[in-house]
Amino acid sequence: MNDALLSVQDLRVYFRGRDTLARAVDGIRFDIRPGETVCLVGESGCGKTVSALTVLRLIPCPPGDIAGGKVIFKGINLLGLKETDMQKVRGNQIAMVFQEPLTSLNPVFTIGDQIGEAITVHEAVEPDVLRERCIQLLKDIGIPSPEHRLKDYPHQLSGGQRQRVMIAMALACNPDLIIADEPTTALDVTVQAQILNLMRFIQDGGAMSVLYITHDLGVVANIADRVYVMYAGIIVEQGDTPEVFHNPRHPYTQGLLASLPSRSRRGDRLHSIPGAVPNPAYKPSGCPFHPRCSLAVATCTTRFPEMVDHGRGHLSRCPVTRA
Amino acid sequence: MSDVHYPIQNSRDALESPAAPKRSRMQELWQLFKQNRLAILGLIIFVLFFITALSGVILTSGQEPVFNPAMVRLQEKLLPPFSRPSLHTLRPAEVPTLGIYLFGTDDLGRDVFARMLQGAWVSLTVGFVAVGISVLVGIFMGGIAGYFGQDHLCWDHILIVLILSTGAVLLAVSSSYWGTACLGIGLACLLLRLSKTPKKRRRRPGMLHRKALSIDTLIMRAVDIMLCFPSFFLILTVVALVPASMYNIMIVIGLTSWMGTTRFVRAEFLSLRELDFVTAAKALGVGNFRIIFRHMMPNAVAPVLVSSTIGIATAILTEAGLSFLGFGVPPPHATWGNILSDGKRFIFDAPWLTFIPGIAILIVVLCFNLFGEGLRDALNPKLRERG
Repeated sequence: MNDALLSVQDLRVYFRGRDTLARAVDGIRFDIRPGETVCLVGESGCGKTVSALTVLRLIPCPPGDIAGGKVIFKGINLLGLKETDMQKVRGNQIAMVFQEPLTSLNPVFTIGDQIGEAITVHEAVEPDVLRERCIQLLKDIGIPSPEHRLKDYPHQLSGGQRQRVMIAMALACNPDLIIADEPTTALDVTVQAQILNLMRFIQDGGAMSVLYITHDLGVVANIADRVYVMYAGIIVEQGDTPEVFHNPRHPYTQGLLASLPSRSRRGDRLHSIPGAVPNPAYKPSGCPFHPRCSLAVATCTTRFPEMVDHGRGHLSRCPVTRA
Repeated sequence: MSDVHYPIQNSRDALESPAAPKRSRMQELWQLFKQNRLAILGLIIFVLFFITALSGVILTSGQEPVFNPAMVRLQEKLLPPFSRPSLHTLRPAEVPTLGIYLFGTDDLGRDVFARMLQGAWVSLTVGFVAVGISVLVGIFMGGIAGYFGQDHLCWDHILIVLILSTGAVLLAVSSSYWGTACLGIGLACLLLRLSKTPKKRRRRPGMLHRKALSIDTLIMRAVDIMLCFPSFFLILTVVALVPASMYNIMIVIGLTSWMGTTRFVRAEFLSLRELDFVTAAKALGVGNFRIIFRHMMPNAVAPVLVSSTIGIATAILTEAGLSFLGFGVPPPHATWGNILSDGKRFIFDAPWLTFIPGIAILIVVLCFNLFGEGLRDALNPKLRERG
């Protein structure tokens, strides 16, 4: 796809142990177009966060190893850039919001300092202008009385407010893409809804793309234009959100959707997918999902499944449900 | 923004006034620090000592100082404290300013009070400058070891550094032809190495590019080696080689006491490095050195602050010890160590010559230790819970 803002092609990220090779991300491919919200969904340990960190090249390089693939951002392969050029991309063009707002802010600086730094790292700004911009950012993300809050330390804010500050820092330089790595996981449900509203509002404001990483399918249904379902380092299903939700083709996606609590099945036991995500160092042969799959046939244990096209951009990696 | 529903913004008024009283970090620390009576005592004595030393350097220096520590009055020697000078044997210029020998006189009839004042400044500056040097070196080395620790040096790096340092040593020793040659070759290798950054990683690196040892290993083993030497004897050796002066003493003490700080900082960095805010700073595009010195250092500085307060006490003791042995600040200048050393011959006839500087050293060292411990209790959240 040529109109993509970010295009990840055949990305492989391995972690080398003493005598193991953990293939955390094993050949994934996704695109994000300008102004689009894309979700990466999957269980814990399936490689979502590693993929996101690799886009910004934040994987520590031993033990991590980017074994192959390309990350094309605005026509440039980020994996080939020098470290100093990469620093100009980070924060300025691609910003990231982290999972834990409790630890992602530096405890010894005021939030005004930290938001200000996000700006001054990339632009030379007068102190007065900087202050105004920080206040405006805090206003935009809905923190009351921002003039006073600038002098607060992170420990004086609540979890939701801290996450708002993290989002303000991400917005500071008007990036083209925001990577949000489970930004609502550590927050309670009401605050979660507020943060999601905020994310949606931000996107309407600027023409920003968002790569949203989550394991919460409710969140996905809320905000995503398109969704990629990951399992054990590969993408098993992709497509427009309504299409994937109403017509899931991969047994893993079907299992995930069936596991959601629902009002119509009130009183029943919750469905769960048996087993756990395989250790990335010891993946099963063939389709990595076959040990947990109720539809598995003999060929699943030996043949790695190819992507099957179901039309309108809906693809899944399961030959059995081709139908 | 107006047509978007914002729960928080709509109820802004309710949130306008934060419920908890706001206290800054410093105020909070002060509250905790205040509870420790001994630490407050230490702080008070420290401030008094600071004022004394500062006024000491003003009052005892210059062409015509208010208190002259070098004025010899042989007829007035070994007078006990609080004795009055005999006005008819002294010229008016020789009479002490206070009209009384507050701390008595020594074997040359010099006013011990004036000499103590002069010595206080030496102790203060030696303590602060030496610890300043050791903290700077320690933070730098510890920061590098903790943050870049996992990166490796290759053989060619080590070779280049070896050639360069050999050249520098040769130049310094005899400014010879060989030194220049060595430096030239080293620089050429360095430029060659820097210009030839390998774009594609080769699977099998050549002999020279093979990883030799990690930066962490290099720095921490250097620390271990430094710690192996009994530091006082190391200082004695170095002081015997370099010309004795106050500044050399400071530098030598500083350069032989940075190892503890390095270990502290490295240990803090190893845990800080894994925290999210460091990754978050990287994700904002902040450079490595800015992350080390602006983002991580303030988080690691608390134990360093504590150890350096106690380090000042140690440096003052070391300086006094050196002066006592005659290796310290050269004689015409008074320090507490050499007042003590001069007085030890008359310990039975004039005990004040040993007791006054001795007690002064004791009090100052004790107050720094008390202050440091109070600071540690205030800064350490685990100890805080107990109180």
